[in-house]
Amino acid sequence: MTGQQTSTVRDTDSGKAPEATAPASARWRAAVPPPTILVLIGVAIAIVVVAGITNDSFLTEGNMTNLLRQMVTTGLLALGMLLVILTGGIDLSVGSVVALTGIMSAGLVSGLPLPLAVLMAIVIGVLCGTVNGIMVARFSLAPFVVTLASMTTFRGLTYVYSKTPITPTTPDFLTLGSQNVGPIPIAAIITLLMFALGWVLINRTSAGRALLGIGGNREAVRLAGVKVQRHLVLAYALSGLCAGVAGVILASRVGIAQPSLGQGFELDAIAACVIGGASLSGGRGTIGGTLAGVVLLGLIDNLLSLYDVQSYWQQVLKGLIIAVAILVRRGERQNT
Amino acid sequence: MRLELRGVRKGYGGVEVLHGVDLTAEGGQVLAIAGANGAGKSTLIKVLAGAAPLDGGTILLDGEPLTLRGPEDAQALGFRTVYQELSLVPQMTVTENVLLGALPTKRGLVDWPAAHARVRALLEEIGFADIDPRARAGKLSVARQQMVEIAKALAVEPRMLVLDEPSAVLAGTDLDRLFDLIRRLRERGVAILYVSHRLAEVMEISDRITVIKDGRVVDTLTPALTSEDEIIALMAGRRLEQIYPDRVPESGKPLLSVRGLSRDGAFDDVSFDLAAGEIVGMFGLVGSGRSEVARCLFGADRQTSGTVELDGAVTRFRTPGDAIGAGIALVTEDRKHSGLVLGMDITDNTTFATMPRISHAGLLNTRRRAANVQDMIERLGINPPRPEMPVRHLSGGNQQKVVLAKWLLTRPRVLILDEPTRGVDMATRVDIYRMIDELTREGVAILLISSDLAEVLGATDRVLVMRGGRLVAEVGSADTTEDEVLAHSVGVAA
Ligand SMILES: Nc1ncnc2c1ncn2[C@@H]1O[C@H](COP(=O)(O)OP(=O)(O)OP(=O)(O)O)[C@@H](O)[C@H]1O
Ligand SMILES: [Mg+2]
Repeated sequence: MTGQQTSTVRDTDSGKAPEATAPASARWRAAVPPPTILVLIGVAIAIVVVAGITNDSFLTEGNMTNLLRQMVTTGLLALGMLLVILTGGIDLSVGSVVALTGIMSAGLVSGLPLPLAVLMAIVIGVLCGTVNGIMVARFSLAPFVVTLASMTTFRGLTYVYSKTPITPTTPDFLTLGSQNVGPIPIAAIITLLMFALGWVLINRTSAGRALLGIGGNREAVRLAGVKVQRHLVLAYALSGLCAGVAGVILASRVGIAQPSLGQGFELDAIAACVIGGASLSGGRGTIGGTLAGVVLLGLIDNLLSLYDVQSYWQQVLKGLIIAVAILVRRGERQNT
Repeated sequence: MRLELRGVRKGYGGVEVLHGVDLTAEGGQVLAIAGANGAGKSTLIKVLAGAAPLDGGTILLDGEPLTLRGPEDAQALGFRTVYQELSLVPQMTVTENVLLGALPTKRGLVDWPAAHARVRALLEEIGFADIDPRARAGKLSVARQQMVEIAKALAVEPRMLVLDEPSAVLAGTDLDRLFDLIRRLRERGVAILYVSHRLAEVMEISDRITVIKDGRVVDTLTPALTSEDEIIALMAGRRLEQIYPDRVPESGKPLLSVRGLSRDGAFDDVSFDLAAGEIVGMFGLVGSGRSEVARCLFGADRQTSGTVELDGAVTRFRTPGDAIGAGIALVTEDRKHSGLVLGMDITDNTTFATMPRISHAGLLNTRRRAANVQDMIERLGINPPRPEMPVRHLSGGNQQKVVLAKWLLTRPRVLILDEPTRGVDMATRVDIYRMIDELTREGVAILLISSDLAEVLGATDRVLVMRGGRLVAEVGSADTTEDEVLAHSVGVAA
């Protein structure tokens, strides 16, 4: 604490005469600290460099493709989660939605044409999200409680649909999750496209700004004419959509859909958002930051298995790394 | 006690706000600090409260250098501060807020009867015995909340009491009670720092006035030897010719007709007309139902009965969005609670009410948005003029301008302003009055709700007075007096 203060004193004392004439604009620009995202990218690059030097298998094409593929699920879930977190909510049900949509897509392909089966599974995801959204928006229930309940419900529905793993019989179904364009998995391309759409939504549409506004000060945006309930439902529905896409891709990649699929995935998604600078109380968070958070988490997972760290220790280390990332960010915010 | 600041510098993230401020506060004196929005008054106060570390310069207490490492240090010295923005915990009771962290205990448990009694005594001392210590802070009116803040500051006998725009939310008798309190504290030898944009008040209560402009002290004056005009000129760097524009009241066809409007528990049977090109003031004490009427007209609350006609057609807005669509705008009174998303920037905050209009197929026309925002920044003189600046970092008056900008962008036909100049400096007020006047020339009808009597009479054509949820009088602004309006509002008019 005191360290910080003295350094500030030196900064301003170092002879800079107050420039009353400088336009306020120019002075303000200089004051903006490096945004979270630059810090995260820096850290990610550092990890890649160190890992590339110390581990021969890290920078191989096979591992890189693998890494991308691993990031897809967390990425999609984090994207949907971000929209919900921006409004000041949380969606704990995404892991269960992954299971439900995954197992249904695997089951439906045996009876329906492939595109229709995939579409139906995704629609189920949207429906799940919409139910969450309606409970939160219309009945003013706490998002944590609503999605905690629906997390159990959707998981239960998954088991109702099938108690045993389903192996999809259509070979085409497996393309989605396992084929590449060059070295890049199709699934990763889809994910990136969805992030791009997410960026447009948040930064270039009135709906996106409304989501942030709702999280920041619900009453103020309501009085500005924003339809708060509708936007809340939208956020949860989109989270369901992302989880649906993730479920389909995961089932097709693994080639066998377990009803226990996706347990605990919501936590990685939340962690990615938070590492990326989103505030759980709403109103703050960016697409770029979240993507960086996803990459960072993916790298950590990948490296820990490359270095053959035992899976319990993997969890411990990952937890610690998340905690450190959040602490670093907190310090950064205090400087502003 | 004598507190001196010498060459105090303070900046945020490399941007210097105070460029070496010298100032002296003495026990038993009221020192007023005057300055335009963003001049650095609140920053100075945060420095004194230990809430913001100094970047340079010294503070001397009775000649001895003083280091404040945090708010605890300042409080231990008996420096108490009431900040510009309310900081009560709304879910907690008045007692808990006032004695926060220092609740009396008996055998390790909180002694509630003693706590409530202490707070009741405190409230009595500051002249507000009518506040219930057991009430939830969030349920009180802003004026009452402000007084609870002051009670909190007085929970321990202070050596210095710093008040940052305490009067912005107070009016009439509440203000008199505050002044009585300040005078009593002064007699007890407390040093008082008083920040306000209402210069008449400043002249009345202060012993000396220090004027700050752009983070520097430009002069320290004695009320008896100066005038409001001189202070304004020092603050703004220019003389103001005339505060309120000349108005020629003309009553055209009513644009908005309100008949028998009621809302249970808030106001009853309110009827009035608002013609295009007219500025109608609405005055009343806190709790008289003014803001509630405004919220109802705007579709933010539901009416229980009565009708509202816009342009001769009966309307019933179910949401604020409906009202905005019909050309009604409401600048709400409490910017922090209902006006701004503090964490978002000037651009977002100024365009929240117009985003659908500048979108095509859901996509925002960012160029138009930027142009609109730039236009507003220039028209209202929002400072610093950085569209991407989070409004949290703006000074109070500039935050108020952002709220105003949001509603002006909707190009309303009926503009309802609820305390629009709260915390706004004199020069900017003049700009706002001029702008309102210009709007009426374009046929906009304006309802100006204000607790500032001078404003409510000076800037309007006629004034509606409310008392206890009813409209009790209507007077022409030119042929009435402040006393008459006040008398109506408290119910002692002949
Ligand atoms: N946390 C912050 N970060 C960056 N700039 C800030 C911050 N707080 C205040 N400022 C800037 O410092 C300047 C002085 O602000 P301050 O709140 O002290 O003004 P003020 O004199 O109290 O104005 P007002 O009358 O409007 O309350 C303003 O330009 C404001 O934008
Ligand atoms: Mg201030």
